[in-house]
Amino acid sequence: MSFQPVKFYQTGTYTVGNRLLAPDERSVQANQMRGNSINSGHRACQGCGEALGARYAIDAAMVESNGQLIAANATGCLEVFSTPYPESSWQVPWIHSLFGNTAAVATGIAAAMKAKGRHEVRVVAQGGDGGTTDIGFGCLSGMFERNDDVLYICYDNEGYMNTGVQRSSATPPAARTATTMPVGPEPGNVFGQGKNVPEIAMAHGIPYVATATVADLRDLEYKVRKAMRMHGARYIQIFVPCPLGWGTASHDTIRIARLAKESGMFPVFEAEHGEVTSVLKIRNKVAIGEYLKPQKRFAHLFGKHAHPETVARLQAIADRNIRKYGLLEEETD
Amino acid sequence: MLKQTEGSKAVAEAIALCRPEVICAYPISPQTHIVEALGEMVKAGELAPCEFINVESEFAAMSVAIGSSAAGARSYTATASQGLLFMVEAVYNAAGLGLPIVMTVANRAIGAPINIWNDHSDSLSQRDSGWMQLFAETNQEAVDLHIQAFRLAEELSMPIMVCMDGFILTHAFERVDIPAQEQVDAYLPPFDPRQVLDPAEPVSIGAMVGPEAFMEVKYLAHAKQMQALERIPQLADEFKKIFGRDSGGLVRTYRADDAETMIVAMGSVLGTIKDVVDEMRAEGHKIGVLGIISFRPFPLEQVRAALIKSKRFIVLEKSLAVGMGGIVATNVRMAVTGSGLRGFTAIAGLGGRAIPKSSLHKLFRQAEQEKLEPVTFVDLDWDVVNKQLEREKQNRRSGPIAENILFDKGMSSSAKFG
Amino acid sequence: MFQIRIHGRGGQGVVTATEMLSVAAFEEGRHAQAFPSFGSERTGAPVVAFCRIDDKEIRLREPIMEPDALIIQDPTLLHQIDVFAGLKPDGYVLLNTHHTFETIGLGDFAKERDRGRLCTLPATQLGLKHVGRPIPNVPLIAGFAALSDMIQLASVIKAINEKFSGKVAEGNIAAAAEAYALVKEQMKEHAHA
Repeated sequence: MSFQPVKFYQTGTYTVGNRLLAPDERSVQANQMRGNSINSGHRACQGCGEALGARYAIDAAMVESNGQLIAANATGCLEVFSTPYPESSWQVPWIHSLFGNTAAVATGIAAAMKAKGRHEVRVVAQGGDGGTTDIGFGCLSGMFERNDDVLYICYDNEGYMNTGVQRSSATPPAARTATTMPVGPEPGNVFGQGKNVPEIAMAHGIPYVATATVADLRDLEYKVRKAMRMHGARYIQIFVPCPLGWGTASHDTIRIARLAKESGMFPVFEAEHGEVTSVLKIRNKVAIGEYLKPQKRFAHLFGKHAHPETVARLQAIADRNIRKYGLLEEETD
Repeated sequence: MLKQTEGSKAVAEAIALCRPEVICAYPISPQTHIVEALGEMVKAGELAPCEFINVESEFAAMSVAIGSSAAGARSYTATASQGLLFMVEAVYNAAGLGLPIVMTVANRAIGAPINIWNDHSDSLSQRDSGWMQLFAETNQEAVDLHIQAFRLAEELSMPIMVCMDGFILTHAFERVDIPAQEQVDAYLPPFDPRQVLDPAEPVSIGAMVGPEAFMEVKYLAHAKQMQALERIPQLADEFKKIFGRDSGGLVRTYRADDAETMIVAMGSVLGTIKDVVDEMRAEGHKIGVLGIISFRPFPLEQVRAALIKSKRFIVLEKSLAVGMGGIVATNVRMAVTGSGLRGFTAIAGLGGRAIPKSSLHKLFRQAEQEKLEPVTFVDLDWDVVNKQLEREKQNRRSGPIAENILFDKGMSSSAKFG
Repeated sequence: MFQIRIHGRGGQGVVTATEMLSVAAFEEGRHAQAFPSFGSERTGAPVVAFCRIDDKEIRLREPIMEPDALIIQDPTLLHQIDVFAGLKPDGYVLLNTHHTFETIGLGDFAKERDRGRLCTLPATQLGLKHVGRPIPNVPLIAGFAALSDMIQLASVIKAINEKFSGKVAEGNIAAAAEAYALVKEQMKEHAHA
């Protein structure tokens, strides 16, 4: 492949594309020989963060496993939009069993491969936040605790989108969902609930836990590839905006994901054996409002009947994340 | 090899002989001894290559089995009672996906009230799940049925529950002939899956199926069980050729030739029934027995053929369709539709209530004289039942039923035997 | 068919005792069926287990309500439950105690029955002496073999060797042998009395 002269078409970002990199450093998606694990033609919505995240993640996993990959999938958007009978987008061997058992199904596949001596075959499990942090949590924790050789990827769009945007334990406070409507004195999802599954995963002491967003796709690929080079239970939670469920513009998916990270609402980090080993620093800190305002699910916090105190409470959550994970560059004298 | 051993141990040895590749286990009485024994064999390296996975729930146990079976590994688990109910979603899923998992159900009652003892409520609740269900009469038959089950399940690519009475069989020491490895190998070929997750030939399994194809998929599950009706007797014949024993099949009759009254039952109680029938035959009663081994698929034709020459039958079952009567009885009556046979239902042995010969003598004599209600509750303590009904009539806040009944019975349950 | 019921407490090896009895009978080419009363497993709780021995296949699955023999592993149960319920008039009784039937308060009971079929045995002490643990089950089944002649001591020893190995097996065999001898001696005394 020959190099083309560098042209800086993009502005306002920190990326200049693959062309500046040597071929072996380029992203998986930049390679024409990429796996195309989820082929085009699936039925995801325009601007779907999950489809993007899954494409990058599974193709990256395919590279590290030399194409020897089996995927288990929870019920949810990804399952439904990728396999409308009799079609399937999957170019990898793929199984969907139930909503809440994906981690266990993956454990079974890994056990079968071990029993059959096919050590080269690797296993990923994937699901949305509902299938991971709620209904699939028991099986997920069991898979972690046994340190089964499975990479579990959670595509976190902060709610049950497949069933019509209901609240999950990953839905942020104040967000509007079909079951946390913006009515009453404390509109939207309540504060003080929900669970932080990456941290719970870390508490299992598993070899690798990471978070990523679809705004930093190189980082996402890097983490999946790193995870695939390890064995045992691994967990990656990918922040994937949902235009339909969040009320965001389809073309804004990447921007919203970036704002979640830059505001501190979604800390991006890696941990090994329960210890945080790296964080993706905030480059241009933004106030929480910048992240919230483009999303209709937070619209009730602004405008005529604004809730500045609720916005402040969300800001406090972001600030706590920033302190806890050290998301800002150290001030230098 | 003939040995005196515990039912669970014998079943574990049978499973081991079937060369399982993935075994997943979650503890629930009374199946624990089976998976404990298998776990020890795997740990000692006797079953290599076999993975033994201690899962966090029965739901996970069945889910792991789904994953491993779909990846082409011969997969086994065991459960009972609440455990079976806890995995129900995955039970249906395994059947829907056509995965030939074999599972022992150590039959036990379902709570509340919590009860660890034997009846058939658990597996019968799953009669429409798409799993085949074979019921063992003795521990020898439990051993043999497991070996046949792997063969049948894998041939048809459908899962099978082998049902054995909890405690009564699982914890009983009796004489069992454990087959030789060569015999089992001759009978049970290696698992050749119809569908398999393999990077060499990627397939999608478990796609969403809409109204345009769902009925066809479901019909095919039914068609497979209809095929099983043909294969089960053939596999029993083949089994006899290699192992020299009559085991399995769809149904089995005992002293039925000129019987005017037929007793229909499943599982270990058939032994007690046969003893009673022998005693009654000695007194000149024309009475016989029909044991049902295959409850799913249900052998309508064979049941009808076995009963049609009699004058009446009584289905003695360890299960209750609340608000209806018998579960097995409903199926049996379907088999004799239009025959004009008198049929009775007897509910017995729920929650481990002993089924003594004396009660059966009385029941069968009443059946002969057709002096039975359509549904009889064997050895029901009407005094405490009526007392509670009266209590509820008198008092709105009558309190928890089970605790009232225990109070009226004045028993500390562990101090009783029988 | 000969039916044995064993009463004891959780932790005393009641279930194991019936299982070993069944193994001993099997070793003699007979059919045997052993099964517990299936309570929850709690140390100290009353436990019942059953054993049937016959020369043909045993199909019966009811609990043993009219035993031909009773083995009582813990005499404190006498005050708690009706251990003698359903015992056949000519049934055997083997009671684990260093007392006699008279001194333990069963004098009237003993008077009504064939003394040649009643026996006491300090089985807990024998367990302590030979195995170092107060488990009376093995001495009692050896004692039962001596009392009833239903099974031979050699078969009991085979069952011990199937269940245990090494020092534990040796100790149990010694306990069984002494129990067997003690009961035979008592039987002789009764015969001469």
